Amino acid sequence: MKKSLSLLLIPGLFLAACGGNGGSEGAGGSEAEDTSVIGPDSEEATELTFWTFNEQHIGVYEPAVKRWNEENPDRQIQLTAEVFPIDQMNNNLRLALQSGEGAPDIADIEVSHFGSFLEGDVQFESMNDQVEPVLEDMVEGRLDLYSKDDNYYGLPYHVGATVMYYNEEIMDEAGVDIDSIETWDDYVEAGKQVTENTDSMMTTVETTDQFTFWPLIAQQGSDYFNEDGEVILDNETNVESLQFMNDMVHEHEIAEIAPGGDHHEEQYYGYMNDGGAASLMMPMWYMGRFIDYMEDLEGKIQIRPLPRWEEDGNRTSGMGGTGTVVTNQTEKPELAKEFLAEAKLTEEGNIDLWTELGFDPPMYSVWDSEEMGESNKYYEYFHDDIFDMLLELNDEVEGLNITPETSDVTNEINTNVLNSAVRQQSSTPQEALEQAAESVRSGMSE
Amino acid sequence: MEPSTSTSVNKVKTKQSSKLSRFLTSRKAAPYVFVTPFIVSFLLLFLYPMIQAVIMSFQQVLPGQVEFIGLRNYERLLNPEFYRALLNTSIYVVFTVLILVALPVILAVFLNSKLLKFRNFFRASLFVPALTSVIVAGVIFRMMFGESETAVINEIIGFFGISPVEWRYGSVSGMFLMVMLAAWRWIGVNILYFLAGLQNVSEELYEAADIDGANAFQKFFSVTLPSLKPVIIFVSTITIINGFRMFEESFVFWQNNSPGNIGLTVVGYIYQEGISQNDMGFGAAIGVVLMIIIFIVSIIQLKFVGAFKED
Repeated sequence: MKKSLSLLLIPGLFLAACGGNGGSEGAGGSEAEDTSVIGPDSEEATELTFWTFNEQHIGVYEPAVKRWNEENPDRQIQLTAEVFPIDQMNNNLRLALQSGEGAPDIADIEVSHFGSFLEGDVQFESMNDQVEPVLEDMVEGRLDLYSKDDNYYGLPYHVGATVMYYNEEIMDEAGVDIDSIETWDDYVEAGKQVTENTDSMMTTVETTDQFTFWPLIAQQGSDYFNEDGEVILDNETNVESLQFMNDMVHEHEIAEIAPGGDHHEEQYYGYMNDGGAASLMMPMWYMGRFIDYMEDLEGKIQIRPLPRWEEDGNRTSGMGGTGTVVTNQTEKPELAKEFLAEAKLTEEGNIDLWTELGFDPPMYSVWDSEEMGESNKYYEYFHDDIFDMLLELNDEVEGLNITPETSDVTNEINTNVLNSAVRQQSSTPQEALEQAAESVRSGMSE
Repeated sequence: MEPSTSTSVNKVKTKQSSKLSRFLTSRKAAPYVFVTPFIVSFLLLFLYPMIQAVIMSFQQVLPGQVEFIGLRNYERLLNPEFYRALLNTSIYVVFTVLILVALPVILAVFLNSKLLKFRNFFRASLFVPALTSVIVAGVIFRMMFGESETAVINEIIGFFGISPVEWRYGSVSGMFLMVMLAAWRWIGVNILYFLAGLQNVSEELYEAADIDGANAFQKFFSVTLPSLKPVIIFVSTITIINGFRMFEESFVFWQNNSPGNIGLTVVGYIYQEGISQNDMGFGAAIGVVLMIIIFIVSIIQLKFVGAFKED
């Protein structure tokens, strides 16, 4: 009896053991998922630690460490990069900063959480002395995201320009010329043609994440907060934009809710890869997801600016992002800051952001440089006119107002607003936004 | 001279060791020595953090700026989100207690019966889910209960002509998913408790019942259940406490945000407010309230079933 019992336990134990690796997303444990050491293993090299939640990000520091050590032979560094699941990294970092020990030298913080990290006495080093010399060449709105009281704390990875990804094969089948789509009205009309003539939907909207709603309102110069940090979530533009999302799904019937709820779900990747929708609005950094998860669409996707709301309205908005900071617990603040500037604020670094990570780099003076034009996997997948288009959009990326309560709003949007106004239709866009705004206002201190 | 010195050294040694052993074996000291590890870990790992949490619940905690703000954290608790969390958790507790007590009792009786073939196989296979991580099991559950028509469960109910269900988006189906996952995972463990309890039920009672002409149901209700009472009290107490502390079952289905907060639990709310939103004072206040709730519910339950009576 004992033998048969223990035999049966084996698969169970195996499954239990797998839990440690596969599912450590946010729940318990403080071990890094992955650690890589970059740079020489010599005694002279100063060790710097770097925490991130996206393994991909490390790609830009490898060449940066190499450049730094070549240019500064007497101030060599060795970078230890540790990758954590995002929630776990935020928690670890928060507790380390709160308790005053255990924080890394350098860390990545995602934009919607950045505001809450700036509450209280800021625990990061000001990057002003590094940023100011190159400010002219940067997309300023992206630096402002990570600033407080005239101090820049975080350095961005990308502009995150939101664009429209069209599946040309489906659009052709429907008989729509994508370059004829100028306004959102045109887009809706094109959508009706697509749903009539093909088996696909025109697009999908997110209800468990904010990358449909936020770009739409930001494109019109609106936001969750105004410049003074007051909640404007329930203003007219936002209500109308939410109504527009609702209409696309329920009235025009050209869109459906993304399978799985948002555009980062296994279910969605499969759906899109099979030609489920003819277009998708997401920021430039979403290119990597196409390449990794939607192989069948290679060569079929065309990137275009967003349709306009008004005749001279913006055709994009900067979305998402991550600010890299130097914490005040570092023993070598100058070294860490200068190295971070080498990685993020130089032309070489910004070119690496594109060639290594496929991000639209925040230093726009490199956008028309020769290295950016060299063929790589992104051009092969998406055609090679991406940066010509981006240069055109340069002036149309507006900044966002990030506050400590941004994560509260994000939470309300992803949990209540989109669910009740778009998916369940249990309240009108106006009601949903007013309720959310009220809830955020009541939680704001004082 | 030499021998005498060595003996005196030896004497001192024996004296010392006998003193120590006398202390260790003395009836007065020994109990304290044995409970010291527990007392120390209780003070350090339980009482100290608990007091700190109570203090923190009256503070606003930010790096470099910790200040007392009176009862404001508790005032903020009176909001619909907290009520929702409390409601979800209470419903979850009620269902898990009902299911995780009733089902395992019945299954344990079957598994204990000598008439059942392959019962070791069944015992083991019912226990295996307890060994898996909730996270891994949750990922599989999430895929099985996907909202598309091709997800396993939707295909199965499709055979019976029921149209696909958006499992993770309705409040009823959402609760069903969480209770289902918990039940699947914990049934085996509770069966073990009840099986152990059944071994202690004396055969003579059944024989007496046979002589009185009782049928199987009468024997179950009049002999088995009353004999299992202590185990039932234990299992239901544990299940209630675990139910109020529940977090993972909700987390694996929706991470931090569930649509319309259908999966928000009290502990999930602590995590969301205290850690994700960086408001540890408020998080601590929720935690203190939760502790009080668990305390009250447990006392009522134990009193109700007469666990305090000495018999």
